[in-house]
Amino acid sequence: MFDSFLTRAALAGLGIALVSAPLGCFVVWRRMAYFGHATAHASILGVALGMVLSVSILWGALAVALAMGLAVAWLGRRGHSSDASIGVLSHGALAFGLVAVALTPGLRGDLSSYLFGDILAVTRGDLAVIWGGAAAVMALLAWRWRALLTATLGPDLARAAGIDPRREELVLVVALAVVVAVALKVVGALLIGAMLVIPAAAARPLARTPEAMALLAALLGAASALGGLWLAYLFDTPAGPSIVCLAAVLFAITAMVPRRTG
Amino acid sequence: MSLVALERVGVSLGGRRVLEGVSLAIEPGEIVTVVGPNGSGKTTLMRLVIGALTPSEGRVLRAPGLTVGYVPQKLHVDPGLPLSVRRFLSLPRPVSRAEAAGALEEAGVGHLAGRQMTELSGGQAQRVMLARALTARPQLLILDEPTQGLDQQGSAAFYRQIEELRQRHGCAILLVSHDLHVVMAATDRVICLNGHVCCEGAPAQVASAPEYRALFGTGTQGALALYRHEHDHGHDHAAHAHAHGPEDGAADARGLALDAAGPHGAGAGPGTGTGAS
Ligand SMILES: Nc1ncnc2c1ncn2[C@@H]1O[C@H](COP(=O)(O)OP(=O)(O)OP(=O)(O)O)[C@@H](O)[C@H]1O
Ligand SMILES: [Mg+2]
Repeated sequence: MFDSFLTRAALAGLGIALVSAPLGCFVVWRRMAYFGHATAHASILGVALGMVLSVSILWGALAVALAMGLAVAWLGRRGHSSDASIGVLSHGALAFGLVAVALTPGLRGDLSSYLFGDILAVTRGDLAVIWGGAAAVMALLAWRWRALLTATLGPDLARAAGIDPRREELVLVVALAVVVAVALKVVGALLIGAMLVIPAAAARPLARTPEAMALLAALLGAASALGGLWLAYLFDTPAGPSIVCLAAVLFAITAMVPRRTG
Repeated sequence: MSLVALERVGVSLGGRRVLEGVSLAIEPGEIVTVVGPNGSGKTTLMRLVIGALTPSEGRVLRAPGLTVGYVPQKLHVDPGLPLSVRRFLSLPRPVSRAEAAGALEEAGVGHLAGRQMTELSGGQAQRVMLARALTARPQLLILDEPTQGLDQQGSAAFYRQIEELRQRHGCAILLVSHDLHVVMAATDRVICLNGHVCCEGAPAQVASAPEYRALFGTGTQGALALYRHEHDHGHDHAAHAHAHGPEDGAADARGLALDAAGPHGAGAGPGTGTGAS
């Protein structure tokens, strides 16, 4: 059943949507959107490095995304979480990545597939990587869920309960790097941030608990992935952007739902 | 054995000295109140006690396995985070429905269980945080300005309740307050903080001294007098040891100082280096 490229694309999109949902919720709750972008942009540099050092592109992207995540977290801890310094890191990484890709023989033609993803070219091996990474990250988040939520409410609240908020931040940094690396092929470096933030934000008005928000985000993300693929097939549009378009439309719809109170 | 002991602790934040030479110990079951003007380092002191800050000098000793219930001065819940009061109580430790209901009832907010955290008023949020702290079955309950969001009646009732909390839960309570005259009756010991421990003592002993009436008085005027007294301290720590104003010097000399006053005072002086054991 994995033989059809459309089936593989659907499974890849589903895997990314499922893991992006809970992680994306934390990105929204902790206002880490910039963090997601910086990590994703850095992965382009990792692609080029992986190629040059002839290690796999996946490991290159993972390593550089992780390094960027740690750098941004470190800056944040030193009180530099301002837009300016993160912006420099994020766009700097993207620009260096683009230049590095251009200088790397054999990668040049592939650039747009790393920027926007090439979900229709997903192989069985890619599927294994995506679902393996997604399962690992979901297990990590499930394991740390309450500690992560407590740390999200406030570092002091976490400390008083014996939770190290820096360790929980590290958990999110690692999870983000893994998701960025495995999603690179599906949605591309420019749209990973969208897959993280949009379904979670779309789920917000419908949810009254953190868990409900994560589940709804997963549902909306999965619907966007499958529906977006189908639209891309129908209208011959690029798959990654079509998925994000549908997610944005779902966001606009749920944003009009009046928030329940009481 | 003390629950928490600070030994000559100093803290610098953002390159500024915020606390200096602070020594104190909290014993099981005692109620200790910290008073001081805005920016005097009260919240910083609470954060030291819960371990959210590491001191740049001195050390903080905690009894092994100490459980702390912490009610921060304020809690900002991001509007992007849907969180009911009931769910908030189960963070990080899951609590049963009955336990949650009991704690909310005890904090006087039993009717709010289904509400969203982002929809609470300041005073309601503070009571909900108290309920959450109680479900941790704390040995030490830390309340940073627990009455700031409460109306006057509410805060008077709250201080009456503090004693009940101690009786029922058997915990020590460390609290920050501005309502000096109200809190005096409800506390075993008062610590007056302004970057350093200005004075400390059992309120009964302190209150019986005529100097106390002159400084603290009763009612708002007394509170204002205290603030004047505290503002006489500079934050210029090179000079502060001898920068006490005349009122303060008088107070120190007549037994308001922590070394001299209170059943716990003897071991808790800034120079005595109380151990946690
Ligand atoms: N993270 C920080 N970085 C730099 N300075 C800080 C930081 N937190 C607190 N300060 C400074 O430390 C001093 C003490 O702050 P703290 O919050 O402990 O005061 P406080 O006594 O609790 O005041 P309030 O009555 O207003 O709550 C203040 O001058 C404050 O500006
Ligand atoms: Mg404070």
